[in-house]
Amino acid sequence: MTAIKDLSAYKGVWVFIEQFEGKLTNSTLSLEILGEGRKLADKLGTDLTAVILGENLEKTAGDLIKYGANTVLVADAPVLANYRTELYTDIICQAAKERKPEILLVGASATGRDLAPRISFRLHTGCTADCTELDIDDEKKILVSTRPAFGGNVMATILCPDHRPQMSTVRPGVMMLPTWDEARTGEVIKLEVTAKEEDAKVKILEVKKHEASAQNIQEAVRVVSAGLGACTGNCFDQLKELAKELDAEIGGTRPVFETGLISHDVQIGQTGKTVRPELYMAVGISGTVQHTTGMANSRTVVAINKDPNAEIFKFAHYGIVGDAKAVVPALIAQLKASRN
Amino acid sequence: MKIIVCIKQVPDVTEVKWDENGSLIRTGLPSIINPNDKNAIEAALTLKEEKGAEITVVSMGPPQVEEALREAMAMGCDHAVLLTDRKFGGADCWATAYTLGMAIKKLGHFDLIFSGVEAMDGNTAQVGPEIADFLGLPLLSYAEAIEVGEGTVKIHQKLGDLTRVIEGPMPALITCEKELNVPRIPRMDLVFECFEKEIKVLGMADVDGELENFGLKGSPTRLRKVFSPKRAKAQVEFLEGTPKESSQKLVEKLHEINAI
Ligand SMILES: Cc1cc2nc3c(=O)[nH]c(=O)nc-3n(C[C@H](O)[C@H](O)[C@H](O)COP(=O)(O)OP(=O)(O)OC[C@H]3O[C@@H](n4cnc5c(N)ncnc54)[C@H](O)[C@@H]3O)c2cc1C
Ligand SMILES: Cc1cc2nc3c(=O)[nH]c(=O)nc-3n(C[C@H](O)[C@H](O)[C@H](O)COP(=O)(O)OP(=O)(O)OC[C@H]3O[C@@H](n4cnc5c(N)ncnc54)[C@H](O)[C@@H]3O)c2cc1C
Repeated sequence: MTAIKDLSAYKGVWVFIEQFEGKLTNSTLSLEILGEGRKLADKLGTDLTAVILGENLEKTAGDLIKYGANTVLVADAPVLANYRTELYTDIICQAAKERKPEILLVGASATGRDLAPRISFRLHTGCTADCTELDIDDEKKILVSTRPAFGGNVMATILCPDHRPQMSTVRPGVMMLPTWDEARTGEVIKLEVTAKEEDAKVKILEVKKHEASAQNIQEAVRVVSAGLGACTGNCFDQLKELAKELDAEIGGTRPVFETGLISHDVQIGQTGKTVRPELYMAVGISGTVQHTTGMANSRTVVAINKDPNAEIFKFAHYGIVGDAKAVVPALIAQLKASRN
Repeated sequence: MKIIVCIKQVPDVTEVKWDENGSLIRTGLPSIINPNDKNAIEAALTLKEEKGAEITVVSMGPPQVEEALREAMAMGCDHAVLLTDRKFGGADCWATAYTLGMAIKKLGHFDLIFSGVEAMDGNTAQVGPEIADFLGLPLLSYAEAIEVGEGTVKIHQKLGDLTRVIEGPMPALITCEKELNVPRIPRMDLVFECFEKEIKVLGMADVDGELENFGLKGSPTRLRKVFSPKRAKAQVEFLEGTPKESSQKLVEKLHEINAI
């Protein structure tokens, strides 16, 4: 970074789309950032480009236009079927050097968090990680990214004023999904793929997909979380039903893991997972710091606890003081009723 | 085999306290080795015991990071390098990776670099992958198991809802997950011994590199502001009434804000 770059040459918003076996995976996340990318592009009065790498992508590429992309850059080749850091980085960096986007968004999934930093280093640009809010500075026309840090204890607003593309990874479950519009048209551009299997330094020997439920807690949009106060009688079974009604994953505190009702994969907190869903419903949880570091940055927190002074209420947006055994069934009934 | 382990000293954010306005009190937090980095150290020590290895821990930070490096040596690491210079201050991930990468180049031949997946304070998980790119190394991220073969290394990678077994040639960079192992406690005899050991201290002049790539100056990102997240305290809205009434109110609220 010796000479000052001519930043005006950089135009357009790019969004990296994840696929697995040719279809959108983390589909909501990729679509969420496509929706957000559309908003940013409109604010800047520029085009939105979706970038997708994999195999057999024709249909998916077309779908991305209906979801709002003006252009889709497709790298379609067997060697790209499974995500590989170096191959994907090479292709995206090459395309970015040639076409000069001003913004590049990547989902903050495991794949995205592996890929984005590598791209940003190579392009010598900044990357703001795990953003929960994106905007355009009206005056400077640059990206304004806001993200949690310190385990969700602080929020930071970060800019990348002098380097391009301005990169951010975006957390799942925080951006709105785009609408499908059959009438949208756009261009699908094929990127040339020269890489061969022999060029790939890293070989994939085995790929196993987990059962959808348990492992996905970090990508879940809604989480119903059980504390010891939700484990007596048939309360835990009712929680499972509540989770089903809400289309949520079940998680819980460490003592609940210790009772064996949940697996360690879904224990939330310091010695478990960190989650940041749209909705976190804490039932019978006291709210110690070891637990709240794992959930404090959820978008909306609901706490149900019989103790009005429970710490968890300090982290909650909505609180119900009451016995979980009575509140949970009532809530299930209300959810059912609201649907009719 | 030579292994380099990157470690970061972090404030123990699980000890965080808030003042009465709900703002984070940041002073007085104890400093610890970033938890994932302890898994990285443990992974290196395991390889040392199984196959023989020489382990160098590297950390960039203010002079007190020496404590973290001594703790790593008390766990069994052989050498320690402290990267400290006022001009390193204010580094973002890009500049951090640049500095660590330049220093690692100076250290000469190595077979593996280990880092944590993510530091507990910055929480970006970007430094490991960025160092790999700088040094042109294969990146094996999110390791839950590591197996070293003849010139190659294999890991079990936790990639979201996939678990993959991937293999690359050495030298390579591996980012370590907490599921990888249980870090050992420093050994008493080594704790005393490690105070005698030398820590190599490198500043900007020692690692070469271009002046404008270090520290705040070399950081493409700029922090505009830091603030406390909306922490509910006075904000929690209690929904009163019988279970039926309160749940009805809750369902209405959740519909209003599009949470369901
Ligand atoms: C090093 C360390 C690491 C830890 N890591 C974690 C971690 O990762 N995750 C984690 O969760 N914990 C962790 N813990 C444990 C943590 O400190 C707390 O002990 C734990 O979070 C409390 O779990 P709880 O809220 O389920 O139980 P309790 O603290 O026992 O709380 C139960 C709550 O339920 C309420 N209640 C009881 N009956 C009812 C009822 N019928 N209806 C409604 N409410 C009711 C009570 O008022 C109370 O608030 C860790 C601890 C240590 C020391
Ligand atoms: C509130 C806040 C938000 C920030 N957000 C961003 C952001 O979005 N983008 C950005 O580029 N920078 C950001 N930064 C700066 C960033 O935290 C620092 O650059 C930091 O040096 C590295 O980032 P990290 O803590 O996230 O480390 P991570 O990338 O999470 O660390 C991963 C691993 O890299 C190794 N490592 C990291 N730092 C060191 C070190 N100093 N010495 C040795 N090994 C190390 C460790 O093995 C560690 O486990 C932010 C800083 C603050 C205070």
